[in-house]
Amino acid sequence: MTDTVGIVIVSHSSDIAKGTADMVRQMVGSEVKVAFCGGNPDGGLGTSVPLIIDAINAAWSPKGVAVLVDLGGAETNSEMAVEMLEPARRDLVVVCNAPIVEGAVMAATEAAGGSTLAQVKAVAEELSAD
Amino acid sequence: MSVPSETFKSLVKAAAEQVIASAPELTSLDQAIGDGDHGTNMKRGCEAVLGKLDAISAQPLDEAFKMIGKTLVMTVGGASGPLYGSFFLAAGEALSHDKHLPEDLADVFGSAVNAVSARGRSHVGEKTMLDVLVPVLETLKAAAGQPDLIARVRTTATEAVERTAPMQATKGRASFLGARSVGHVDPGARSSCVLVQAVCAGLEARA
Repeated sequence: MTDTVGIVIVSHSSDIAKGTADMVRQMVGSEVKVAFCGGNPDGGLGTSVPLIIDAINAAWSPKGVAVLVDLGGAETNSEMAVEMLEPARRDLVVVCNAPIVEGAVMAATEAAGGSTLAQVKAVAEELSAD
Repeated sequence: MSVPSETFKSLVKAAAEQVIASAPELTSLDQAIGDGDHGTNMKRGCEAVLGKLDAISAQPLDEAFKMIGKTLVMTVGGASGPLYGSFFLAAGEALSHDKHLPEDLADVFGSAVNAVSARGRSHVGEKTMLDVLVPVLETLKAAAGQPDLIARVRTTATEAVERTAPMQATKGRASFLGARSVGHVDPGARSSCVLVQAVCAGLEARA
C-alpha cells in the first residue's frame, strides 16, 4: 500500500467525531488512515490537546496529516497540538478551514487517490469558498 | 532582583484558587453568550496547576511559567487553554531570553499578551480577554515604578472588564450571536480580571 495523507477528525463531541470517521471509512475503506477524537479531558463536550496529539500520531503518514475541526476551540486546540508535536512532524500537519463532515469525506477521498497534503487541504477548503 | 520562589508559589496559588472560586460566575457569563464551559474549563486547568504547584515552583522562574502554560494547554479543554497557555508559555520564553521579574514586568507581560493575540488572531475591541489584558499592559507601562502601580492596575482591570459589556463580539462563539452579544460582560475578560486582581491582592498582602 502506498502512503496516503492521514485524516484526523476533531470535534467537541466524541459522537460527532466517531460518526464522521464512520462516514469517511465508508467512502475510502482502509486505504487512508483515519483517527478521531472528541470531548474535553473530563469527557464532556470540548476538545483535548493530548487526545488530538494522540490522534495525529495514530493517523501519521510520511505524506502528512490533514486535521478537520468543528468549532473555535477545536481549531485553537488543534493548532496548539500541532505545535507540540516533535519538530520533524510539525510541518507535515495542516488544520483545514472546512466543514467537518463534508471536509473530512472530501479530504479522505482526495487522499485515497495519492494526492499531496496541499491538494488534500485545498479540496477540503473549496467547501468553504464563497 | 528576582522573585523568591515562595512568593511566586503563593501568587500562583492565590490566582488559581480565585479562578476556581469564580468558576460559577464565569460559567454563568459564558452561558449568556458562549457555550457555557468557561468556568468548568478554567477550574479544571487551575486544579491541574495546583496539583503540580510544588513541582512548578521548584523550577527556575522561566521554566515555572512554561510548566503552568503547558499544564493549562493540556487540561483546560476549551479555546481558553491554548489562549491562557500561550500567555504563560510566552512569559516563560521572555524570561528565558534576558528578561527578569519584577523589573521587566511590562516587557514580559507584553510578550505574553502578544502571544494571546497571535493565538486567537484577535485584537483589542473584539470582546475578548485582550480587552482586559491590553489595558493592564498599558497601565504597567505607564505606571512602571510608581508607588500606586498595583492600585492602578486593579482599577484598570475592573473598568476594562465592564467596558466589554457594550461591545459586540467578533471572535469566538459569542460572535455567532452578533448584536445579541451586546450587554453581557465577556467571560474571558472576566477570568483575566480575576487573575490580575488575585495577583495584585497577593502582592498587596506581601507589601
